[in-house]
Amino acid sequence: MSRKQTSEQPKIQIKNVYKIFGPDPQAALERAKQGASKTELLEESGHTIGIRDISLDMPAGETFVVMGLSGSGKSTLIRHINRLIEPTAGQILVDGDDVLQLDEQQLLDLRRRRMSMVFQRFALLPHKSVIDNVAYGLTVQGVERAEARERAVKQIELVGLAGFENQFPRQLSGGMQQRVGLARALATDAEILLMDEAFSALDPLIRTDMQDQLRELQATLHKTIVFITHDLDEALRLGDHIAILKDGELRQVGSPEEILLHPADDYVERFVRDVNRGRVVTVGSIVEHIPTLRLPELDPQKASAQLDQADGDTLLILDDDSRPVGAISRRFLEANAGRSASWWQDSSNLDEVHTVTRDSVIDEMLPYVSGSDTPAVVVDDEGQLVGVVTRSGAIDALAKVPEPEPGEPAGEQQERASA
Amino acid sequence: MAADFPDLIDTRALRIWIDDQFNWVVINFGEELELAFLPVLHLLNGIEDLLLWLPWYVVLVLISGLSYLASRSYAVLGGTALMMFLLGFFGMWEPAMATLALMLTATLLAVIIGIPLGIAMSRSDGLQSGMLPVLDIMQTMPIFVYLIPFVMLFGPGKIPALLATIVFAVPPVIRLTNLGIRHVDPEVIEAVTAFGATPRQKLFSVQIPLALPTIMAGINQTTMMALSMVVIASMIGAGGLGYQVLQGIQRLEVSRGLLAGLAIVFIAIIFDRIAQSYGRKMQQHLNTGG
Repeated sequence: MSRKQTSEQPKIQIKNVYKIFGPDPQAALERAKQGASKTELLEESGHTIGIRDISLDMPAGETFVVMGLSGSGKSTLIRHINRLIEPTAGQILVDGDDVLQLDEQQLLDLRRRRMSMVFQRFALLPHKSVIDNVAYGLTVQGVERAEARERAVKQIELVGLAGFENQFPRQLSGGMQQRVGLARALATDAEILLMDEAFSALDPLIRTDMQDQLRELQATLHKTIVFITHDLDEALRLGDHIAILKDGELRQVGSPEEILLHPADDYVERFVRDVNRGRVVTVGSIVEHIPTLRLPELDPQKASAQLDQADGDTLLILDDDSRPVGAISRRFLEANAGRSASWWQDSSNLDEVHTVTRDSVIDEMLPYVSGSDTPAVVVDDEGQLVGVVTRSGAIDALAKVPEPEPGEPAGEQQERASA
Repeated sequence: MAADFPDLIDTRALRIWIDDQFNWVVINFGEELELAFLPVLHLLNGIEDLLLWLPWYVVLVLISGLSYLASRSYAVLGGTALMMFLLGFFGMWEPAMATLALMLTATLLAVIIGIPLGIAMSRSDGLQSGMLPVLDIMQTMPIFVYLIPFVMLFGPGKIPALLATIVFAVPPVIRLTNLGIRHVDPEVIEAVTAFGATPRQKLFSVQIPLALPTIMAGINQTTMMALSMVVIASMIGAGGLGYQVLQGIQRLEVSRGLLAGLAIVFIAIIFDRIAQSYGRKMQQHLNTGG
């Protein structure tokens, strides 16, 4: 999933939203704004704070995960976006439109065309076949039955349920039922997909399958997905951004790496403690500097001088487009010092380097560095050098020593050095 | 030991006032009311005439066929055909058709009135809390109590018999429609709301289909209660099998009462089987989708 940041307006904006359950929410709202705690309010007047002063920006085309344990208000929060629940205070903007100002017809239109929802326990219509379930959102819009069914068939194929069109939900396994739920949500072509613990009721293996399928679909569909979960692994797998909620309050929001490497407080820290960082932290966030030399300039004297200057063991050789073509170690230099100039210019004589892309996670590059002293080379989408990841750098990141700062452009120093 | 409950007010005056008010209604609106309910009488007579116009074997085949369609069971088919045959065998065919017509008309009208009321009740907690005691009263008040005003308004005959039957038989279908809709899985309702379904779309595409097995149970009960009214309804001129029982009592003819009573039991069994089979089929459809 892409992690591109856009300066455009967020698709969904949640601004200072409060939700208080109880006999007189407005009165309790004042107390909550003054800072009364959840238990205080409950004891004073029997009000429960569902959500307290939450503001979130959800960029278009991203998967935004809201994570929290039960009672954290995450399911309440997602229902504010399509107004299944009305907030006690605050604003919710979709494409800049205030959802709370919509009249009845506009609200129906919002729910029919601009967002669709997937539910934890599937919530399929038990009396309708798979195809009619998937077509449901379209028939509600008033699409002709024949056309609705035709479009439904495509969605059913997309989620891999072709052949099951005329089965009924009860005849399907949980995973298949949720595929129907997903197809039903995709059928309306809405840009926003609200997924409320969509995979939580599934077996672990099926859940992983569904997560993979969602990632594949998202790679082509680029929906704005709001995904609710209580499972941190799921959040880290799916989320471009993650918001962590506790007791209706926002504890931290950020990219998976930010959350893992810089937990905002003890609560988040406890959450992320047991996570396998290797599956989440990308190599782009832990790249290190390495001395380089362009292939046309390569000769033993220059190489030796560069190594001395940088006080390093390995020198990376780049072509004219900054693409890594090989590496040279001090030992290699000594062994081949007597070779001819043309021998040095043939990159196939150099030590081979393993390249990984910036978005790869540490687990993917570990095999390259575990048995060798040569670092793995990190490149961008064009194959140009970003930096390297050494064995010790990877181990530091896995052991949670947050260094260097994630997002620090290690590659820039590199370019200056090689230019 | 006499209980000395103090006379707090003069109830005699109150009773006279109530009677006077009702008499005033009877005198001033009796004819209009009778006219207003004339179509209902025509409906009842039409169904009865049709059942009697059709040759007995056609009716037998139709109702047996209906029972088979509902149950897909040859045992039910055979049982129904046998019981229909016995109706005629006992010499009760004509009164049985009159009773069937009364039962069907009363059930039809009860359903037409009851389902919308049940739906309205399911949508408003206020209406539900107002209606429940009224339904309780309708079902527990001795039937003769509301026979009196009906007879006064319409005179003895089929209309008061039919109306009294409806009042007695309609509560189950109202109650169970309300219950069935209220018990539809709230998650499914939330899902269709999230897809932008209007209240009307929700009602017809989800709530009624999912409540149908419960509503069918209500219709079944209503049918049975309508049938249980036939003896009493015959006292005010409804005719049919109830009248045969009544004659049996008046003339002390055990045989007439017994045969008519058996005929009522047969009709009850036949329609109970039909309605239950439909209900079960719907339930299965919802559970396994088959």
